[in-house]
Amino acid sequence: MQKFEQHNGIVAPLDRANVDTDMIIPKQFLKSIKRSGFGPNLFDELRYLDEGQPDQDCSGRPLNTEFVLNQDRYQGCSILLARENFGCGSSREHAPWALDDFGFRVVIAPSYAEIFYNNCFKNGLLPIVLSETEVDELFAGVEATEGYQLQIDLHKQQVVTPGGKTFSFEVDEFRKHCLLNGLDDIGLTLQHADAINAYEAKRSQEAPWLFSSFK
Amino acid sequence: MAGKTLYDKLWDAHLVKQQEDGSALLYIDLQLLHEVTSPQAFEGLRLAGRQPWRLSGNLATPDHNVPTTAKEREIGVEGIEDPVSKIQVKTLDDNCDEFGITEFKMKDLRQGIVHVVGPEQGATLPGMTVVCGDSHTSTHGAFGALAHGIGTSEVEHVLATQCLIAKKMKNMLVRVDGQLQPGVTAKDVVLAIIGKIGTAGGTGYAVEFGGEAIRSLSIEGRMTVCNMAIEAGARAGMVAVDDNTIEYVKGRPFAPQGDDWDKAVAAWSDLHSDDDAEFDVTVILNGSEIKPQVTWGTSPEMVLPVDATVPDPSQEADPTKKQGIERALEYMGLEANQAIESIQLDRVFIGSCTNSRIEDLREAAAVVKGHTVASTLKQALVVPGSGLVKTQAEAEGLDKIFIEAGLEWREPGCSMCLAMNADKLGQGEHCASTSNRNFEGRQGFGGRTHLVSPAMAAAAAIAGHFVDVREFNGYNG
Ligand code: SF4
Repeated sequence: MQKFEQHNGIVAPLDRANVDTDMIIPKQFLKSIKRSGFGPNLFDELRYLDEGQPDQDCSGRPLNTEFVLNQDRYQGCSILLARENFGCGSSREHAPWALDDFGFRVVIAPSYAEIFYNNCFKNGLLPIVLSETEVDELFAGVEATEGYQLQIDLHKQQVVTPGGKTFSFEVDEFRKHCLLNGLDDIGLTLQHADAINAYEAKRSQEAPWLFSSFK
Repeated sequence: MAGKTLYDKLWDAHLVKQQEDGSALLYIDLQLLHEVTSPQAFEGLRLAGRQPWRLSGNLATPDHNVPTTAKEREIGVEGIEDPVSKIQVKTLDDNCDEFGITEFKMKDLRQGIVHVVGPEQGATLPGMTVVCGDSHTSTHGAFGALAHGIGTSEVEHVLATQCLIAKKMKNMLVRVDGQLQPGVTAKDVVLAIIGKIGTAGGTGYAVEFGGEAIRSLSIEGRMTVCNMAIEAGARAGMVAVDDNTIEYVKGRPFAPQGDDWDKAVAAWSDLHSDDDAEFDVTVILNGSEIKPQVTWGTSPEMVLPVDATVPDPSQEADPTKKQGIERALEYMGLEANQAIESIQLDRVFIGSCTNSRIEDLREAAAVVKGHTVASTLKQALVVPGSGLVKTQAEAEGLDKIFIEAGLEWREPGCSMCLAMNADKLGQGEHCASTSNRNFEGRQGFGGRTHLVSPAMAAAAAIAGHFVDVREFNGYNG
């Protein structure tokens, strides 16, 4: 997994609540058996005027010029500013894969759906929770200033605005540790193999029916 | 000290290790796998040179991509016409073969939607932890299990360690008191709950559904309710074990037998919240007030009783909500204040992990029996949840009732629930659907989904628009 320590980037505002993972990456693209290549189809139905197909070359497709990612001022963006309950719906990890593949490293929103939130950390993408008021303030800032950038510091757990204002955010210790060090959590869990074996030994005595096989 | 909730008990029984930073290693009894969210997990395993921790903790079946016409199904995976879907299903087959995981392949009678198959086989049991790379895993909570969806990286983690890194959720009780009116089903109950608490209302909570109305539901009805817990933001929904649960599980292929059965039943009797358990939040609904529900917008919380009218954004004071209503009305092609019953339909879909079990099909068949689908409809599909549900329905003659009424009778799979196969809505088409999500484009690009119960979908198919099934001519429930 890629490490995350600090990041500086252009902010793209997606002013819409309850953005679901079907919207982030529509189902026809879930047929891929790979983890990469989803970027061109991120927000496909909002971004293009036609219906996208898997494995299609997107460069010639008609763009919805009103959609934020198609506007000149947000080109090169890597921080997505969003509204509440971002990433709700389907558990598809293709959603953070698509955000990551497009070039996003950070999402900022007042709240997230849990599975999506979890999935972000597994992919080196940092989902930051700020209060409604702070998010409102950032939306106003992005609106007012072209090329609006934010500085994100995971060590200090801070978002710094161009004007030097800082907002603190919470992040779970374990997740922070994994992200800062780019750690693979399977490897970490396997360090507890003895504990898992001990649990299984005890549990299979108490509840043997949980350990029978599907044959 | 206060007693424990059902969730507390399930959590404690599966705790392998509590870490100082608040996260925990939770043991997973059963992981269900399907073709869409597993290929990258198997690939990760292979790249790291790892083996599954415990093969018997996993069970697989393809469902999302499988075609539902008999012709395309005849020869199994090789017969799938869409080349990309074919690769995905084949990849699941190959991965399961390579690693030795039990899979019900396309031609196996036991194949179907994972959340229908697990309980049907007795693979899902009370007291288990169940995960799957699919948010509707909450369905299995109907058995007094802790069940929730996970992402693909977690699928890989569970394959490799049989554990999940988890954090304990908070406890919410949703209590539905009283008795439901005839014609009001589990689906209406859960839609009413989502309408009340909203799509994020359950975020961060494990939700236990209780109360007289929930207790009176059949086990399949409880599955319908738990299935949509995620639509209220809750990863896990659950119902306490009672005699009906045990009766339902008994004799299923993978259910315990003999001595083990007796031991299991004794252990399961504790799978309910203690009388003095404390919930962080309790939400109460009156079951007798719930009417048949229809979603009008693009989020499951945009739901109303069938006799209501579509909201008027000008009456909404909150600007974000107002904008949400306007956007939904525009997408759905509806006018403010339009009666729900006046919404004309193009297609009807009866199926999905929410409503494709035998009782759902019986409920729909009872409504359409002796009637004919409205001539204005382009298509009405019935897609059973598994090969065994299909066989059972055919043994009861339900297929004939549907076909005589003009509905199509298909092979099992997810089908038009998310339109990854050929079954989908055209742009602008309205669909009465028994599935669980009405998001923009969910059932096809530009498609307009209205979520309803099987009985309501069946009545709508006959009328060509929504009608209150309680007043529907011929309804004998
Ligand atoms: S039926 Fe629909 S919701 Fe259920 S598993 Fe399949 S695609 Fe997901």
